[in-house]
Amino acid sequence: MPSVMKVAVIQFPGSNCDTDCQAALASFDGVKAEIVWHKETSLAGYDAIVLPGGFSYGDYLRCGSIARFSPIMGAVRAAADAGVLVIGICNGFQILCEAGLLPGTLMRNKGLLFRCENLHLRVENNDSPFTSAMTNGQVLEIPIAHGEGSFVADEETLNQLNANNQILVRYCDANGNVSPEANPNGSLENIAGICSHGRNVFGLMPHPERVCDHLLGGTDGRGIFQSMIEAVQKTKAK
Amino acid sequence: MKAVVTVMPKPAILDPAGVAAGRAMEHLGLKGVRSVRIGKSIEIEVDGADEKRLHEICHDLLSNPVVEDYKLEILS
Repeated sequence: MPSVMKVAVIQFPGSNCDTDCQAALASFDGVKAEIVWHKETSLAGYDAIVLPGGFSYGDYLRCGSIARFSPIMGAVRAAADAGVLVIGICNGFQILCEAGLLPGTLMRNKGLLFRCENLHLRVENNDSPFTSAMTNGQVLEIPIAHGEGSFVADEETLNQLNANNQILVRYCDANGNVSPEANPNGSLENIAGICSHGRNVFGLMPHPERVCDHLLGGTDGRGIFQSMIEAVQKTKAK
Repeated sequence: MKAVVTVMPKPAILDPAGVAAGRAMEHLGLKGVRSVRIGKSIEIEVDGADEKRLHEICHDLLSNPVVEDYKLEILS
C-alpha cells in the first residue's frame, strides 16, 4: 500500500481551475488533494503545492500581482525554500513570477488574442521532479487558455535558464519542431514552462490538469503529475 | 498625502496593446504614428505614509520591475 501523498491546491479569490487540479490529482492512486483557501497561513504536512489557474483578484493591476501578497504565500515561499514541490499553472505561473519564486514574467500575448486551444509542447529536460516520468523530446498535446502568457526575461536571466536546464517545456508543432509558427503568444524562445534553480518550483502556462482523463480528450497531462508523485515517493522512501 | 504613480513598460519591452492602439490611430487617419506605449496612472491618497514607504509599494506592488518603470510624484 503506497503512502498517501497530500497535495494542497491553493484557492485564491478568482481561481477557477482549483477543482480541476484537485480532480486530476485525485485520479492518481495514493494521492489526496485538498483545497486550501488563500487566507490560511500554514501548509504543514503537505507534500506538494499547486497554484491553479484562473483570474486571481480579477487580474487587477497585473496578473498575479495581488495574489502574491495573500497570507498563504508566506507558507508557499517557506515550503519552496524547504524543497517542497510547487507547481504553478497558468495564473499560478504568473503568481510565482510576481512572487519572485521564478524569474521573468508573463506579459500580454504578442498577438493580443486570448488563446484557448490545444497545442503541443516539447519536453526539453526530464531531469526535474515535474518531467522525470517523460522522455526528452517527448511531444505533449495540452491546452492553453490565456491572454497574458508571453514569457519575458532579461538576457542574463534567459542565459541562466538555458545554462541550468531550467526550461522544461517549449511550444512546438505536432512533430516537435520549436518554431515561431508554433509560438502562441510571443514567449521568448517558445518558453512554455520553467523551473527554479533548485528545480522544485515549476511554472507553466498550459493546463496539464485538463488532459488527465480520456473523457476530456487526452491524458498527456498525466506525465507531469506522475513525475511529481514519483519524486515525492522517492523522498519519502529515504 | 496625495501622490500619482505612473507605471510604463520599459523601453525595450514590446507593448502589444500600444502597437494595436497605434494601428487604430492610423486607421483613423492620423499620419506619422511612430510609437504608442500604454501604461497606468495610479492616484493615491494616504495618511501618514513617508515617501520611502511609497517607493517600496511602487516597487513591490504597483509595478513589476522586470518589465516596468515607475515614477512617483508627491502632489501634496
